[in-house]
Amino acid sequence: MSFLTYLKDGISLGSVYAIIALGYTMVYGIAKMLNFAHGDVIMVGAYVVLMLLTRAGVPGILAVVIAMAVCTILGITIEKVAYRPLRKASSPLAVLITAIGVSYLLQNIALLMFGADGKTFVDVIKLPSLSFGDGKLVISGTTIVTILACIIIMICLTLFVGKTKQGHAMQAVSEDKDAAQLMGVNVNGTISLTFAIGSALAAVAGVLLCSAYPIVTPYTGAMPGIKAFVAAVFGGIGSIPGAMIGGILLGVIEILSKAYISSQIADAIVFGVLIIVLLVKPSGLFGKNVQEKV
Amino acid sequence: MAMLTVNNLHVYYGVIHALKGISFEVEKGEVIALIGANGAGKTTTLQTLTGLLSSKQGSVIFEGKDITKVPAHKIVEMGIAHVPEGRRVFSQLSVYDNLKMGAFTRKDKAEIEESLSIVYKRFPRLEERKNQRAGTLSGGEQQMLAMGRALMSRPRLIVMDEPSMGLSPIYVNEIFDIIEAVSKSGTTVLLVEQNAKKALSIADRAYVMETGKITMEGIAEDLLHNEAVRSAYLGE
Ligand SMILES: Nc1ncnc2c1ncn2[C@@H]1O[C@H](COP(=O)(O)OP(=O)(O)OP(=O)(O)O)[C@@H](O)[C@H]1O
Ligand SMILES: [Mg+2]
Repeated sequence: MSFLTYLKDGISLGSVYAIIALGYTMVYGIAKMLNFAHGDVIMVGAYVVLMLLTRAGVPGILAVVIAMAVCTILGITIEKVAYRPLRKASSPLAVLITAIGVSYLLQNIALLMFGADGKTFVDVIKLPSLSFGDGKLVISGTTIVTILACIIIMICLTLFVGKTKQGHAMQAVSEDKDAAQLMGVNVNGTISLTFAIGSALAAVAGVLLCSAYPIVTPYTGAMPGIKAFVAAVFGGIGSIPGAMIGGILLGVIEILSKAYISSQIADAIVFGVLIIVLLVKPSGLFGKNVQEKV
Repeated sequence: MAMLTVNNLHVYYGVIHALKGISFEVEKGEVIALIGANGAGKTTTLQTLTGLLSSKQGSVIFEGKDITKVPAHKIVEMGIAHVPEGRRVFSQLSVYDNLKMGAFTRKDKAEIEESLSIVYKRFPRLEERKNQRAGTLSGGEQQMLAMGRALMSRPRLIVMDEPSMGLSPIYVNEIFDIIEAVSKSGTTVLLVEQNAKKALSIADRAYVMETGKITMEGIAEDLLHNEAVRSAYLGE
């Protein structure tokens, strides 16, 4: 296979990481917490689509929309039930540990419902592939949709956060919850909205991921979730363009490492790159070095 | 009936008893100064009024409504704006977007534009810098932004927490001129200040706080000439 093919695969996988990383980074930016259950919402999204398609015969697009709705409700519920009561807890570790607990809870529920065996994912994206240079580079429909979805999501989120009133409220909450409340911003509502957006994106990521790697297990979301978290940190946690760039770079590094170095140590390389980036620029590529003005 | 009645307010931080039964009143149209040394409980008082802190005991009545338990994000809509200690502007947002945040709960587009032009008239420097990120403003400019942002909600009562803190004398004078102008335009002012002399010189009445209690109150002019106040707060 050619370099271009690997690059394309890397960008495609990276786009999925980017979409997941956006959820991580937005929740971190606004609620100042790491939602380690975020990856498992991806898995839930994938199972919902799979069930709707195979058991209920729902058309693909509709199944994706329903999965987004289910994940949105799931995300809001997790925040409300598991994280909100701890928001005022004295240690941020309490909520972190709870997030890990929620992650295992989701995995175990999936295990109970669907068993540990991988289920073959169905084709949701039925687009023809594009072929370049006499078939030297073939870009599948899934890849096209994945990359396009990533770009569209990125543009929409940037416009939403930068241009709308609700987006400004999010930025205000992210910077200073008390001051935001004094403006009349409902902080709980804003955090719910953030979880809703992140979880809906997780559903999309689940479909895209499982379309490219078509096996769903209860652990499907775990590793991509961690990689996306790495991508978010890599790009500068809290930063939307950072999550995007971090995700894509991570995907490309991972695929190129697998192709040219060794597939066994590809993940180690990915994490090694993260460590180097953080040593050079602790706030990540796009991290804001927020300076307090006194 | 007074515009704002604070009655026997008790506030705790864990086991620290920060407000030990505070009572005071603000009449419509007044400028009230609340002065006191560091740690007296001035900020705590304001934060309790606007719902950022909750009280163990006591009540806050604003325009006849009991707002003791009203959450912070509903206060601004009721007509109270809070200019917090340390300015607390949104440093990543532009000056313009900060001002728009001040009008977050308002829906009247045309009138928001009108408020914006009033604020720009009052703080010409904010208009010059409207596209600049708030974090890049000087301290004095940030204070003006914090005040402008609060005025964008068209409050009937504005509470300000040490607006002159850390500013050079020229800025201090400017800020106090603006407070007087805001008062003249019909907004009631509750002003917390370390700069007691300045605060007393523009206030109608004043309260003096000491370790969680109000220890003195009266006409601002009288307090300005009171021996105890002069020696404790005016450094004379
Ligand atoms: N978050 C907090 N946790 C514990 N104690 C606090 C907290 N905030 C304030 N206090 C205490 O409550 C008391 C009143 O503090 P407050 O900030 O209201 O004083 P202040 O009059 O505004 O002082 P300053 O002039 O320095 O702003 C102080 O003794 C302070 O140490
Ligand atoms: Mg204070």
